[in-house]
Amino acid sequence: MTFTYNDVYVKDTATIAGPYEKKGPLKKYFDKTFDDLYFEEDSWEKAEIKTVEESLKLLHKKVGMKRKEVDVILGGDLQNQIAATTYGAYNFSKSFLGLYGACSTSVEAMILGSVLIDSKKVKNAIVTVSSHNMVAEKQFRNPTEYGAPKPPSATFTATGSASLLLTNEKTEIRVESSTIGQITNLNQNDPNDMGKVMAPAAIDTIRRHLKDLNRKPDYYDLIVTGDLGIYGREILKEYILEEYDLDLSKNYNDCGVMLYDLKKQEECLAGGSGPVCSALVSFGYIYHEMKKKNLKKVLIVATGALFSPTMVHQKENIYSIANAISLEVV
Amino acid sequence: MKVEKYEKIAKDFKPETHKIRNAMIAFVVGGLIGLLGEIIIEVLCHYTHISRSSAGTIMIVIMIFTASLSTALGFFDKLVTKCKCGLLIPITGFAHSMTSAALDYKKEGPIYGIGTNIFKLAGSVILYGIMAAWFFGMIRFLLGGRI
Repeated sequence: MTFTYNDVYVKDTATIAGPYEKKGPLKKYFDKTFDDLYFEEDSWEKAEIKTVEESLKLLHKKVGMKRKEVDVILGGDLQNQIAATTYGAYNFSKSFLGLYGACSTSVEAMILGSVLIDSKKVKNAIVTVSSHNMVAEKQFRNPTEYGAPKPPSATFTATGSASLLLTNEKTEIRVESSTIGQITNLNQNDPNDMGKVMAPAAIDTIRRHLKDLNRKPDYYDLIVTGDLGIYGREILKEYILEEYDLDLSKNYNDCGVMLYDLKKQEECLAGGSGPVCSALVSFGYIYHEMKKKNLKKVLIVATGALFSPTMVHQKENIYSIANAISLEVV
Repeated sequence: MKVEKYEKIAKDFKPETHKIRNAMIAFVVGGLIGLLGEIIIEVLCHYTHISRSSAGTIMIVIMIFTASLSTALGFFDKLVTKCKCGLLIPITGFAHSMTSAALDYKKEGPIYGIGTNIFKLAGSVILYGIMAAWFFGMIRFLLGGRI
């Protein structure tokens, strides 16, 4: 389902990143970075909550607003019961909607925020997402100190939090349109190859977005997917060209690949993942490049593996989703 | 979307996993751990004059302690990444699986944290280890072997 918007703008963003992201090529686009994964807290979960608080605090400071002044906060993370967002947003929210779209949460929240603003129900909305490498390891995989070997197709959960303020006041960047994705199941069941799990969802959403708005891929200066990694990115390019004749060879990249220097940072394997992966790249790098007018039309396709370890152990497939949002320089 | 076509394209981009190389590394490292165990036993027998089976028990305690300490100090996981399953299959891996789980859940307290989760990975090893011991013990008994 694709909508266009009239009066929804991006006011500002705030990005907090962890030590691995700091070593990556996008370091200069992050507002604040930490050297220690504990972020001066005493547990991984509290460390993630702190990143959410820090990004919300910084965003409020940047836009000159007080806590609880923004109409609504929308966001989510990977912790059980989206605890990081709930606890992190507690001191900031006048009203709050907690969301779960796995790594696609950033765009899911942006779409909902844009709909609320465009329908004039609210004046402004904050989108906030976070993830933490160690929290995700503990929750979805093995204990953090276990260090079991992983195949090169596995992805690496990014650490940090990113927030963005959507508003009805005119700014330099507007939310132009969005496409809500559908749940995709292409018989994928390998949690160590999430790029391959999620690429079908991204392919479907990109194809439908372009078809609904009658656009060609070159309409955009840049199309990014959330966290397919190096192998998922290549699968997407090849399949979308062969099956739908859409050529993404010139203006397409993946946030998971952009976030790290994968040649030097071998621990990141196929690339970054987690809700904050696409958000750090889009609220950091893409937002700043759009402000400088180096990029004018960008399609952000956040991809999420709707992965439940329980369902995988019960021999079910991993479903996936991708939501797309188009940003344009005014 | 077409599943067969997708799988065909995805296969072209599947990275190699170096299974043979990893298995060789694990084989060598696992063997070295075994060698180290033998050396410890020999040294203990030689210098303390205890029996070989008592020396074996002490050797296991030393291995478990060393592995757990390196987990706690935060470098066992880095060694595992390099040595692959060579460190996980011997007793060192068993100790590591418990210590790493205990470390992860210590903030949730002694009961709901450590107590509930310490056997998260080791539980399967214990359960099926005991079952296998019982099964093979029965076979040995039925074949007339010593108990």
